[in-house]
Amino acid sequence: MNTARGVTYAAPAIVLHWLVFALICGGFALGLTMTDLPFSPLKLKYYSWHKWTGVSIFLLAVARAAWRLGHPAPPLPATMPVWQRRAAAVSHALLYALILVIPLSGWLYSSAAGVTTVYFGVLPLPDLLGRDKALAETLKSVHITLNYTLLVLVVVHAAAALKHHFGDHDDVLVRMLPFVKLREK
Amino acid sequence: MKIATTIGLTIALLAAGAAGAHSVVYDKSRITCVSRQMNVPVEAVFRRFSAQIAFDPAKPETARAQIEIDVASFDLDNAEANDEARDKPWFDVRTYPKATFVATAIRALGGGKFEARGPLTIKGKTLDVVTPFTYRDEPVGGTVDGAFTVKRLQYNIGEGAWKDTDTVADEVQIRYHIVLAGKPAAKK
Repeated sequence: MNTARGVTYAAPAIVLHWLVFALICGGFALGLTMTDLPFSPLKLKYYSWHKWTGVSIFLLAVARAAWRLGHPAPPLPATMPVWQRRAAAVSHALLYALILVIPLSGWLYSSAAGVTTVYFGVLPLPDLLGRDKALAETLKSVHITLNYTLLVLVVVHAAAALKHHFGDHDDVLVRMLPFVKLREK
Repeated sequence: MKIATTIGLTIALLAAGAAGAHSVVYDKSRITCVSRQMNVPVEAVFRRFSAQIAFDPAKPETARAQIEIDVASFDLDNAEANDEARDKPWFDVRTYPKATFVATAIRALGGGKFEARGPLTIKGKTLDVVTPFTYRDEPVGGTVDGAFTVKRLQYNIGEGAWKDTDTVADEVQIRYHIVLAGKPAAKK
């Protein structure tokens, strides 16, 4: 995988990237759906699944960050202008920050709302805050706002990757794809 | 059935009155229940209840207790959940506004521990329950603390889709902390 020039991402980075992406999609869809459901067993299930997804994303995000610190990303194409390199660095840093902070904001919100998070219905997480309705409302807004910020960033991130692939004809997208062999130049 | 319960309660009430009931300090007393939703413990409070209690720790067998809960005062600290809890599948408070417990037998277990036994009526259904409790003498009066577990489905609490115990567990713990003011007045 890792060629001499380090063109492609290593397998763990690729797996973690797509796993986190899938969980973000699931967590986002659950989050959007569950709040509009009438009070029902399904609603309680969705809330729990949403929280379990969030905890999983946080754990995988920590693993990703740890992996990334020990394994720098392959270099960007030499032809990329400086502003694009900077934009990529900033947006990647923000994406990492959000996948760590968003689950935390949800955990804090749940704590302030007085609902303990029990991971997979087995492992109760400590309540980080005491029950506080006003604070819970604030944290709810923070959690939602951060999620929409993530949505915008993910769209920009994906658009940039597609632009690299179809516009610039470089390997920036392909090197993160699973099951794809990097073409030789 | 209902009439029998009412008569039973009246007798218990009279008995409690005769023995000289304590006055209950309501703003310091609490009746709560803890259910498990998706294995998350969720506490709710019954904000309004009335209790007639005559309890002398030295003579527990003469003790009497009758507690009546205003079920509509059930509070999960969540407006949506409260509405649902008051509705037909759960407590159906319009049809069954009251839940009652009458201690028909109380005995000492030793070491400040006691056990009360008697019918618990919720949602029109009456089942015998046993609850251990502790009594602590205070400078004025005393404090009663206890807890016991009921199975909600035995009382038809949570019908229809809510029968699913994977979402809301069948077992619900009821906890009470009752502060009694003053000693029971001696019978005159």
